[in-house]
Parts: sequence; structure tokens; C-alpha cells
Amino acid sequence: MAEPLLDVAGVTLQYKTKEHLVTATYRVGFQVFPSDRYVILGPSGCGKSTLLKAVGGYIEPVEGEMRLGGQIIRKPGPDRVMVFQEFDQLLPWKTVRENVTFALAASGRLPRRQAEEKAMHYIEKVNLGKFAGSYPHTLSGGMKQRVAIARGMAMEPEILLMDEPFAALDALTRRKMQDELLQLWDDTHFTVLFVTHSIPEAVLIGNRILLLSPHPGQVKAELNSGGKDEPGPDGRRLSQRIQRMLFAEEVEEEATAHA
Amino acid sequence: MPDASVQVQRPEFVANGQSKAFGVVEKPLTYWERLYGNSAVRKGALLVLMALVWELYARKVNNPLVFPTFTATVNAFVDAFVSGVIPQRTWASIRVLLQGYSVGLVLAALLTAFATASRLGTDLLETLTAMFNPLPSIALLPLAVLWFGLGNNSLIFVLIHAVLWSVALNTHAGFRSVSQTLRMVGRNYGLGGFRYVVQILIPAAFPNILTGLKIGWAFAWRTLIAAELVFGVSQGSGGLGWYVFENKNLLEIANVFAGLFTVILIGLVVENLIFRTIEQRTIRRWGMQH
Repeated sequence: MAEPLLDVAGVTLQYKTKEHLVTATYRVGFQVFPSDRYVILGPSGCGKSTLLKAVGGYIEPVEGEMRLGGQIIRKPGPDRVMVFQEFDQLLPWKTVRENVTFALAASGRLPRRQAEEKAMHYIEKVNLGKFAGSYPHTLSGGMKQRVAIARGMAMEPEILLMDEPFAALDALTRRKMQDELLQLWDDTHFTVLFVTHSIPEAVLIGNRILLLSPHPGQVKAELNSGGKDEPGPDGRRLSQRIQRMLFAEEVEEEATAHA
Repeated sequence: MPDASVQVQRPEFVANGQSKAFGVVEKPLTYWERLYGNSAVRKGALLVLMALVWELYARKVNNPLVFPTFTATVNAFVDAFVSGVIPQRTWASIRVLLQGYSVGLVLAALLTAFATASRLGTDLLETLTAMFNPLPSIALLPLAVLWFGLGNNSLIFVLIHAVLWSVALNTHAGFRSVSQTLRMVGRNYGLGGFRYVVQILIPAAFPNILTGLKIGWAFAWRTLIAAELVFGVSQGSGGLGWYVFENKNLLEIANVFAGLFTVILIGLVVENLIFRTIEQRTIRRWGMQH
């Protein structure tokens, strides 16, 4: 087997609120290989976003370690580009083109001229060529997310980190964006670590799905997905299996509570 | 299952062909509507109206020693302008003002930088602004005169006090309101330290910074005129405040009005030309203010 690109081993993450020390994940481990579409799936409170931020280098684990290409992750860097859920991740004072160029130039990946060419290449890729000179506030939510994705991809990072990038979009746009993301992947086979709380999205986007249980986040299962949600050997669809794994306990708890 | 029998049953309807009776979809506004939509025109009309009220009232009072008419004021203004007195006095004021304003801005930048870099700095900024922001600059003038003597240095000192706190306070508040997402984006692309402040924090906080600059400018301008009224002669020629004071002593009331008129005019020009232009080129264009 090939070397894993991202190796997360026994990672416990904690953060402080005003009154509590919250344990977000407890000894979570997984491996992402090159060209994986690796999805972290779980209900709210399972620490999946915190886990992604830790991979991004924004949070340091209190236990365990994370390695990208063998190097321990210590701080944020342009080899792991984040795409956020929030629309305000674009710099409002820069046009679409400038937003992408800025990322390339600020991180020192490319000199200005080449950065502009590369920026336009990826903006065309997400079909926003006509809007290259527009400011973000004039774009729709879906278009803003496409710019953010173009910016992330233009960086050509080792791994693209996506934190529920489509969660704030309406259902139709969301569906379209998922297909577009898969098309982009068909093009360049980039590695992506994708966080979501939607089972259908996980099944569609991922080739490998990590299920986390909540409070604190712990690994429940790691499943393969063909993207089609076809019935498995036991006759159940993947999404049904996931559904049962994530919610079986709750149903049991409710059943005992009602008894 | 919901019980369908309680609902009214009606046939489906599909429109065949759309009506064209609505005329054009985008119809240009009429000339008047567009004119009224222009805020410069509306404000201009208000100014004309106010000048008219002034003229009529002054004529009714009919006492040029107390309340000269608008036309008399304009005449005095034009005379003083042509003779070069007002431009010279204005320049004297503005020169001192710009000195105080720029030193104030530099100090505000340093203070905010310290406040952004450390928690102790934040405490320092908050305590200092809480103490000094409510203190009218003009109240420091006697002390300033004692320390720096009669002259521009005293004026610059009180001007710095007028500018520093409001600019530092607003800039710091602006920095703090920069969203977590934008901060993370900046760090993601490897920005840190000075580059992070210049490329992320300052533009993201620009609406607040601009507010601070505007408030600082207004405070400084006010303070300067007031300070010149108390003492204004330095290096042979005072500023506009001194001009007003001088003419009051000479009972040239139309000139007093002309002096005040200049003060107002400069305020309007700075607000509507300089700050408005900056606003339109930056935060409005970026959709950060509407």
C-alpha cells in the first residue's frame, strides 16, 4: 500500500469556552491517501469541524499527532487550503480575480504575472470567467463558494480542506455544486478532506467516509462509497447503513425511555 | 393520511402564452425622479432654502451689527477672499491642523498596534480612551500653553488629543470585529505580523477606521477654531478662529460671519468631497456599506 498523505493518529482535541474545557474529539485516527475524497461525517457536536481546523493547523492537539507527508502539522500553511462554509471568506475589497491572485501571491507560490494567469485558469474552470472583475458582494452565495473553491484549487495544495462548503446554500444550488465539485475532481484528482453532516452529501462526494459519534467525537466506522448509494450485500443501501449506525443508539435510548 | 375531504377541490390551471400588456420591463425614471434621487441635488436645494431663510430673517431684524444679511456676508467673504486675507488665514489654520492630525494618526496607529498585539495593550488603550476621550481638548489648552508656550506647538498638542482617542478607539473596535473566517483565511495563506495587519485587518476594518478618521477630523477642526479664539497669534498671522475674534473686536460683524462661513465651507468640502470620495472608492464599492 502507498504512503498515506495525511496521517492522523490518536488525536484528542480540546477547546476552552468561558466556563468549560470541552473535549471535541477523543483519540481519533484516520489516514487520507492521495486523490482521496475523504469525508468526515457526523452529527453536530462530533468535533468534525474542530478536527478539520486542527488539520488546517489552527488548533494544536492535546494528544496524538497529525502528519502531512511525514511532517508534523504545527501551524496553518498554504499546503492545506481551507474552504469555509461562510460566504465572508472572500476578501470583500478584492475582485474575484484579485481574491485568487492574492492567495497565490501572498503565499509566495507564484510571482504576480503567473499568479494572474493561473487565477484566470481556475476561475474559468468554475465557470466564473465573466465575473472575474466583480466584487464578491455582487455575487450569489453559490458563486461566492465557487470562487472560494477556485481560490483553493489554484493554490494546488497537498490537500484541500472543505468545511461544510455547501451547507449555507439552497437545496438546488447545493446539488449543482456537488456535481461540479466531482467534475473538477475528475479533471485533476486533487485530494480533498470534506466535512459534512449530510448523509446523502457524504455518500455522493466521498470515496471513503469516516463516521464520528458525538460528545466527544470518536471514530465509529470507516466506510467505502462508490458514490451511487447502491444496495450492499445485506440488501441495505449505504445511506441506510450510515443512518442506522449514527442513530441506532438514540432509537434504543428512546425505546428504553418509553418502555 | 391527511383527510382530503375537508379541502376545496378545484381544477388545475396552466397558462398558455404570456401577456405583453405590461409594456417594457425596465422603464427609465423621469427626469425629476432621477434629479430627486441625487443626494447632492437634494442637499443643494436645502442649502439654497436655508440661505433664503437667513436673508429674509436678517432683513427683518435689520441690524447689521447683530445679524448681517446673507448677501452682506457673501460680500464680506468675497472681499476678504479676493484681498487674500481669508486664504492666508485658512492656510494658517489648515497647516496647523494637518500637522496635529497626522501626528495624532501616527500615535493612534502605534497605540492600536500595541493594543492589537497584546492583551495589556488592549487594557491600556481602553483605560486611556475611557479617561481622555470625554475630556474636551480645549480644557487642556491652559496646560499646553504652560508647557509649550504661546504658539503652534500648544495648538498641535491639543489637536493630537482631539484626534488620537477617537481614531484609536474606532480602529481597535474595527480590528476586533473582523470575522474569524477572514482571520483564518489570512493565516491560511501564510500572512503574519505586519503583512497580516496591512492586507487583512486594515481593509476589513476600514469602515470603522474611516468613521474614526471622520470623527477625529471634526474634533480637530472644532478644537482648532476654539483654541484660536482663545489665542491665535503665532508667527505674525493667526488662523480663522483668530480672524473671527479680531473682527468681533473691530465690530466688523459681516467679517465675523464670513469667517464662520469659511469654517463651515471647509467642513462641507472635507466631508462631501474628500471623505465621500474615499467612501465611494472603497467601502461602498466593496459592498461593506450601502
